[in-house]
Amino acid sequence: MSTSTLRRSAGLFAQLATVLALAVGLAVPAAARMVVDSSGRHVEVPDAVHRVFAAGPPAAVLLYVVAPKTLVGWPRAPRADDLPFLLPGVRDQPELGRLTGRGDTINTERLMASHPDIIIDFGTLDDTYRSLADRIQAQTGIPYLLIDGRFGNTPAALRLLGDILGVSDRAETLARAAETAFAQVDQVLAKVPATERPRIYLARGIDGLETGSRGSINTEILERVGGVNVVEGVRDAGGIAKVSPEQVITWAPDTIVTIDPKLVELLRQRPEWRPVPAVAERRIFLVPQRPFGSIDYPPSVNRLIGLPILLHLLYPQRVTSDVHAEVRTFYRLFYQVDVSNDVIDDLLGAGR
Amino acid sequence: MRRTTIVVIGLSLVLTAAVTIAAGVGPYRIPPGDVIAAIAARLAGEDGDPNIATVLFRVRLPRIAAAIAVGAALSGAGAAYQNIFRNPLVSPDILGVSAGAGFGAVIGILLGLPVVVIEALGFIGGASSVILVAAVARMLPDRGNVLVLVLAGVVVGSLASAAISFVKIIADPYEQLPMITYWLLGSLSGVRLSDVLVVGPTVVVGLVPLFLLRWRIGVLSLGDDDARALGIDVGRTRVWVIGAATLVTAAVVAISGVIGWVGLMVPHMARLVVGPRFDRLLPAAILMGAIFMVVVDTLARTLARIEIPIGILTALVGGAIFVWLLSRTRLGGWRQP
Repeated sequence: MSTSTLRRSAGLFAQLATVLALAVGLAVPAAARMVVDSSGRHVEVPDAVHRVFAAGPPAAVLLYVVAPKTLVGWPRAPRADDLPFLLPGVRDQPELGRLTGRGDTINTERLMASHPDIIIDFGTLDDTYRSLADRIQAQTGIPYLLIDGRFGNTPAALRLLGDILGVSDRAETLARAAETAFAQVDQVLAKVPATERPRIYLARGIDGLETGSRGSINTEILERVGGVNVVEGVRDAGGIAKVSPEQVITWAPDTIVTIDPKLVELLRQRPEWRPVPAVAERRIFLVPQRPFGSIDYPPSVNRLIGLPILLHLLYPQRVTSDVHAEVRTFYRLFYQVDVSNDVIDDLLGAGR
Repeated sequence: MRRTTIVVIGLSLVLTAAVTIAAGVGPYRIPPGDVIAAIAARLAGEDGDPNIATVLFRVRLPRIAAAIAVGAALSGAGAAYQNIFRNPLVSPDILGVSAGAGFGAVIGILLGLPVVVIEALGFIGGASSVILVAAVARMLPDRGNVLVLVLAGVVVGSLASAAISFVKIIADPYEQLPMITYWLLGSLSGVRLSDVLVVGPTVVVGLVPLFLLRWRIGVLSLGDDDARALGIDVGRTRVWVIGAATLVTAAVVAISGVIGWVGLMVPHMARLVVGPRFDRLLPAAILMGAIFMVVVDTLARTLARIEIPIGILTALVGGAIFVWLLSRTRLGGWRQP
């Protein structure tokens, strides 16, 4: 037997030993506890969780706000513009890809090579995602937890992840902030009569003709702040839709919201948008898109800051709080970065 | 009057009717009287209702013009290709123009470039994939054979498709992926007047060589040897036809995205009406393609509140009509006698 073969066998033994140790470790209840995830699956989770793989961008944001240091990598690396709004050390983590069933961009071996203690996914809970979680967990032995990603569930999601990771105090602080944000929305809306509710069009895509239809996860927040999404889709559970300028003119939205600064300019310039009331009345509102969007992009905890910002934009007479202070507090609390007033002005497209 | 002349006049009347109806319907309700009034006001140099004017002259009419250009270009190119490749199942995509245009546009979306640049990249991608196909075919020993060209087209087309799939994987799933999906399904929803002013004349310029060469293209369907015996420079004719067809196809695909079926099916519909002679087939195919696209695009923008990507409708409508056609014709009937 040559030295290299010997070394290889030794390596193999070491790996076997690790697998055995893992198996034993999983079998010993003292080192682990049972967690019930949002889909009702009972999952055994190690007592101390240090490394977490986020299955998709929404999960990555949830994980980043609760326990940024546990993120083993990004499903998609942040863009250069996003970096100043993320913690050093965390923002430089490698892009690993996402686990979304058929369209996976990470292979199972690479997932295991990143040695996560657990995998979390944050979003839709249907049988597809449930079975995907079961399969990956059975295949890799890594506990896989699903957390309900509905917007209204945000405080509960923060608390559940805090429990799983053993950082309940921080999660509780964030959950309270989320509850306060939702409560503020309810207080303002209680005073706004139905006739004053804005009719909103969400402009996305390269020419502003891509949007989200009523009931879609992309526009959930617009409805939450009392807006009427003018885009009626072909089915109730909406999705991303493509529309024509003629249809937008017919819907006659009085407000357009976008996270893309380029679209604000484009819609103001193009003659075919001129008949749209929102354009004529210069009610095209830019909301922050860095480091994460505040409408969707991805549909995760990042949407919370969209709530006070939209309240200020939509009901300026009814809200007395200071939007700059709210944005600054949110970025400090959730993203753990300090933003100056100039940067906030820039994020909000002030002076455009 | 010759039968072809009657058919052309008849189809022109149908196209006029289709355009008139299309101009009158749409999500923004404009009563027929107001449509006429707005057009009359525009012709007289007056302003009229600004909203109606914007909807009609900036949105609806440019879109109808784009539908005409797309239908005419794809059907004309498809008819010419079916003749020079002597194959009834050939469409303008055969030399990879759609896949190449798709790749160009998708790269533009990935890099976040402005719409005009994405359209230009679509055109460049479509044209350069055909040039690549021609170059590959020239390097092969059997380069005079038209089958070599088709096989090179299949190779380049599938390369471009693979590249598109790769871009989809690395694209942003929330922003770019939906955009790519819509582009690849084809749509005229974002067409602007400036697009039509560039693409319309390009299509006209590209269709002219096909008209001028209509007799030779017809003879090419007999086979290269017979065509040569009749004194036709087969190679040069083929280069002109491929060049012209690529120009029109790449130009329309750049503004509409990938639209399947039209270039394959409409020439067969036209053959059913005027027979296989190419000099008669070409005008009929161009007019029927324009009518088909105006009708389908009107459905795309009126059937639901949101746009139905036009590629879905052409596949649905086109597939049904194609099966019906196949049930009525013998496959041998496409060749010029």
